[in-house]
Amino acid sequence: MVVLIPCDFVPSFSKTTRTYLLLALFLALRAFGNLSLAWGAKHLPETLAANPLVYLRAMLDPCIAFGIVMLIVALLVRLALLSVADLSFILPMTAIGYVLAAVLGRFFLHEAVSPQRWLAVALIFAGAALVSSTPQTTAGKMESAK
Amino acid sequence: MKWVLLAIMVLATAASDLLQSYEMKRVGEQAVGARGLSRLLRMMVERRYLLLSIACLAFSFFAFMALVQSAPLSFAVPASASSFILETVLAKVLLKEQIGARRAAGSLLVLAGVVLLGR
Repeated sequence: MVVLIPCDFVPSFSKTTRTYLLLALFLALRAFGNLSLAWGAKHLPETLAANPLVYLRAMLDPCIAFGIVMLIVALLVRLALLSVADLSFILPMTAIGYVLAAVLGRFFLHEAVSPQRWLAVALIFAGAALVSSTPQTTAGKMESAK
Repeated sequence: MKWVLLAIMVLATAASDLLQSYEMKRVGEQAVGARGLSRLLRMMVERRYLLLSIACLAFSFFAFMALVQSAPLSFAVPASASSFILETVLAKVLLKEQIGARRAAGSLLVLAGVVLLGR
């Protein structure tokens, strides 16, 4: 799966493009990682109780194991993202993940989406669009001033 | 009790993100190909700040789990969005990120959306 990610091999992408590729990759990994985890947990024969052994056995479930791997890779991609952009830039942008989770929940779990939720989605996209129009790194200026 | 759990969660999340952002800004640009990912993985266990950030992340995860067990999700999700504000303010103060009017306004819109989504 990892080999398919072309970022090492295409150095000609601009910094902005690379940031958005990383962002898209992170959002996809986290959304599908969580979905795989939830899917696996729902189909377990035993309920997840206080017993830690049950958790360990749950990790042997292929869906849950795959979900965990995807979430670990998502964490690494987020670290790479933090290496190219501000925290205050990434935080609002990754909030699009909440929207993605709601959409996936509707698609796979057939949840209804109320008008209030659509308003929330619109607010998140408007906010993210506004933040995306600001420079992605501002703290770097301090470094170059040294 | 739920306020204690919420405070633990918000503080741990903020600490984790600030540590990660601080360390990754120092390290410089990283790629995410096969080699880049293994490099990042190695960094995560070798660098003290990143290791500490993972510990904070675990804390915040368990606090969130405990929170959703005792409080309804409609409280937990919007309330945990408050880490968003704390982190943005701390990014400005501690990491010296410049947050202009546009980024502040955008962040507030997103916050409003997240709170509304969680209700």
